[in-house]
Amino acid sequence: MTQKLTRALTDPGAGPDPSSGMPDPKRRGDRIFRGFAMGAGITILVILALVATFLLVQGSPALFADPAKLISQGYGEFLPWVLPYAFGTIWAAVLALLFAVPVSIGIALFISHYAPRRLAQPLGYVIDLLAAVPSVVFGLWGSLVLAPAAVPLYEWLNANLGFIPLFSGQVSGGGRNMFTIAIVLATMILPIITSLCREVFLQAPRLHEEAALALGATRWEMIKMAVFPFARPGIIAAVMLGLGRALGETMAVTMILSGSRNITFEVLTSQNPNTIAATIAQNFPEAFGLKTSQLIAAGLVLFLITLVVNMIARWIVSRRAEYSGAN
Amino acid sequence: MTTITHRLGSETLTAGRLPRATTPSVAVASIIIGYALAVLASGEGNIGLATLFAFVLFLVTIEIATRIVEGPRQAADRRAGNLIAGAFLLALVPLGSVTWVTVSKGLARFDAAFFSQSMRNVVGEGGGAIHAVYGTLYVTGMATLISVPIGLLTAVYLAEYGARNRLSKSITFFVDVMTGVPSIVAGLFAYALMGILVGPGTKSGFSGSIALSVLMIPVVVRACEELLRLVPNELREAAYALGVPKWLTIVRVVIPTAISGIISGIILSIARVIGETAPLLIAMGFTASMNNNVFANPMMTLPVFVYDSYAHPGTDVQPYLDRAWAGALTLILIVMILNLIGRLIARRFAPKTGR
Amino acid sequence: MSKRIETTDLNVYYGDFRAVEDVTITIQPRAVTAFIGPSGCGKSTFLRTLNRMHEVIPGARVEGEVLLDGENLYGAGVDPVRVRRQVGMVFQRPNPFPTMSIKENVLAGIKLNFNRMPRNEQDELVERSLRSANLWEEVKNRLELPGSGLSGGQQQRLCIARAIAMAPEVLLMDEPCSALDPISTLAIEDLMSELKEKYTIVIVTHNMQQAARVSDTTAFFNIAGTGSPGRLIESGPTDKIFSTPDVKATEDYISGRFG
Repeated sequence: MTQKLTRALTDPGAGPDPSSGMPDPKRRGDRIFRGFAMGAGITILVILALVATFLLVQGSPALFADPAKLISQGYGEFLPWVLPYAFGTIWAAVLALLFAVPVSIGIALFISHYAPRRLAQPLGYVIDLLAAVPSVVFGLWGSLVLAPAAVPLYEWLNANLGFIPLFSGQVSGGGRNMFTIAIVLATMILPIITSLCREVFLQAPRLHEEAALALGATRWEMIKMAVFPFARPGIIAAVMLGLGRALGETMAVTMILSGSRNITFEVLTSQNPNTIAATIAQNFPEAFGLKTSQLIAAGLVLFLITLVVNMIARWIVSRRAEYSGAN
Repeated sequence: MTTITHRLGSETLTAGRLPRATTPSVAVASIIIGYALAVLASGEGNIGLATLFAFVLFLVTIEIATRIVEGPRQAADRRAGNLIAGAFLLALVPLGSVTWVTVSKGLARFDAAFFSQSMRNVVGEGGGAIHAVYGTLYVTGMATLISVPIGLLTAVYLAEYGARNRLSKSITFFVDVMTGVPSIVAGLFAYALMGILVGPGTKSGFSGSIALSVLMIPVVVRACEELLRLVPNELREAAYALGVPKWLTIVRVVIPTAISGIISGIILSIARVIGETAPLLIAMGFTASMNNNVFANPMMTLPVFVYDSYAHPGTDVQPYLDRAWAGALTLILIVMILNLIGRLIARRFAPKTGR
Repeated sequence: MSKRIETTDLNVYYGDFRAVEDVTITIQPRAVTAFIGPSGCGKSTFLRTLNRMHEVIPGARVEGEVLLDGENLYGAGVDPVRVRRQVGMVFQRPNPFPTMSIKENVLAGIKLNFNRMPRNEQDELVERSLRSANLWEEVKNRLELPGSGLSGGQQQRLCIARAIAMAPEVLLMDEPCSALDPISTLAIEDLMSELKEKYTIVIVTHNMQQAARVSDTTAFFNIAGTGSPGRLIESGPTDKIFSTPDVKATEDYISGRFG
């Protein structure tokens, strides 16, 4: 069939074969449809390539401009300008993870191994509701509700644990500091980490759980023996994905922090390093010319950071797929 | 055997066990004492402080009681269980707080004017978000129009044609990469794309739709591919056996079987992007007026409206904040309703996979 | 070292569904008792109630009593964790912990109970348990390697070693050979006849020849039809059950007329 078709198409001398008639219209439909489907897939690859290319093209004036020109027409020399923001981005995300990971693992375990089976799904929905709150609402809540409410906590931490560099310095009056950002970001990435962990915890082999229980393990010992070893790669991947999300989160930081460009580990003061995403959001509407390029170049840096984090996460996930397939 | 028998031999089945009422009664006592301590410590009844005291008190009491009566292993087990339940309750705090605050503060301006007027020529009180509601519909609708065909067809390619070849593998990989693109980068991309296609500094609703599409396509692909793969192979084979060509099998058999799931997946992906702010800030700019043309001039959506009201208030801040909260409430309601519809469709018409 | 099990009028429920009805049986110490019967007759469910492992399944509960040398497993104040320490279990499919070495697998249960067992005692216990499970000679040179690298039959013997390292009173075996090849099955059957010198052994099996070969007592379970509960039809010395059973259904099942 295909042979006939190709011959008919490639050999102009050959007349229409009376036995086969016209090229089968069904076959043509198949090829067109397949072409469309493949085209859509390729479009995605093209879009991603375009994202990278356009960011490069529009950001390159800032990357390759004369530093003097950047100082007069932009925000200053590129690397010294972007590094504090890169630090702020990573620092905020890491703090958020410190809060989010233990809580997420706890929630996931609660849903998978502690709550009655019948409640597992509704409880999962409740946590998913957190994911349904738009980031701009978290921004409003963080700056107008959480930040002022948390000031007493910050003052207490500063007064009693101020000897730890983390909590030293002058507490910011309105509570708009790195600590608040970390709490809000943690709340926002909680649902992702939780739902992924929940999945892997639920997949922990029943056989090994029962083996542990039959040896006289308590529930917690069973989880340590049979669930965590199995789930470790999944947990790591979930954490990395949460990290990726926290790195790119814009609105909460934009609305809560009036960030500056200093590198500091103090989390309670009003002098906080801004993040890349927030810097872009805060400055882009008024930016023009070289400043726009510089912000786009900063976006490129952010893109690269999240890309690396996400690739590591995917790599861990795929390695785990192979590993479990071998079992 | 000697050592083990020696150590285990004398054991009985019964162990000291705390009475069932221990946990609730210790909890109640901890709450009362915790509150009292908070009043003593800060002079006033700070709820956060009281909860913290109560929880620590509860953990310590249970730990000591269990250690004495049941032994260290049981104590560890209870401690873990309490911390795990505590983690769940902790997560409910922001959820409850966000919901409560948004509803209570949002209701002030959740009125007819809010849904019938724009912000054109409004300074201070009054005005509404109708321009943002329309903008949200236009931009999200446009993004859906772009994302669904590309996403669905890609999913069809991956599930039906790809057969794990190199192209499908790289598409899968880059779809994964795409899910990780920070939303603001998607905004920058749309801005840069428009700058090259139309002219520098172009801001329009369409530009926003492009940004949202970048975020939406991977979600659609993922959801649809998963659902297409759930369609049992027997159905495809039955159609082939009747002489139906592959593409018609996909269009007439495979997709209709999975359609409820696909629709629900699309609705959930709309719910995910409808709350996006950052990319639109970059790609669309701000406006106070109605704009019914997607292809020209800045356009407003609800999230951007919320941000704008919060970030650029007039001299009298309160009306702006009221509008911001009303916008936030509207947004949350829309997202919740979309989620609910999506889940209901998925559940009601779920194909019986027998798993 | 081994205890007698007696149950009286034991009922097992999954939610509202009664899975096993009114089982009264005495299981002798230092002997092998086999449970046989068609699929779904409740023999595995019943076995799990003997160390309260059925509680792992949501909604499962028990009415009646199970006496271990006169002590009720379901009495007030009984800790299921302690029950399982005395009543060990081996499962249908071998399930060594994949992240642990062979040695760690044997010690898994002990580590829960004694955090600080001296090294030499540990080594001694590992060797003794593996010898009792007829596995020592095969693995003594690779104790630090993962248990999942062993063959199916070896893994199952590792699981038996893991269970007897706890010095249990009773060893429950839920179709321990159903996932194994004939040679591994033979090895486990030989092991059972050695282990019954020390332990009370209860085995669920689908394989009637196996029951006839290894057990001293046989209990036949049956089910009237789908949806009705499983019952204990009769139990008695294996020779008698396999030659002159009292009940017609037992004879039908054993002679292969149904099931």
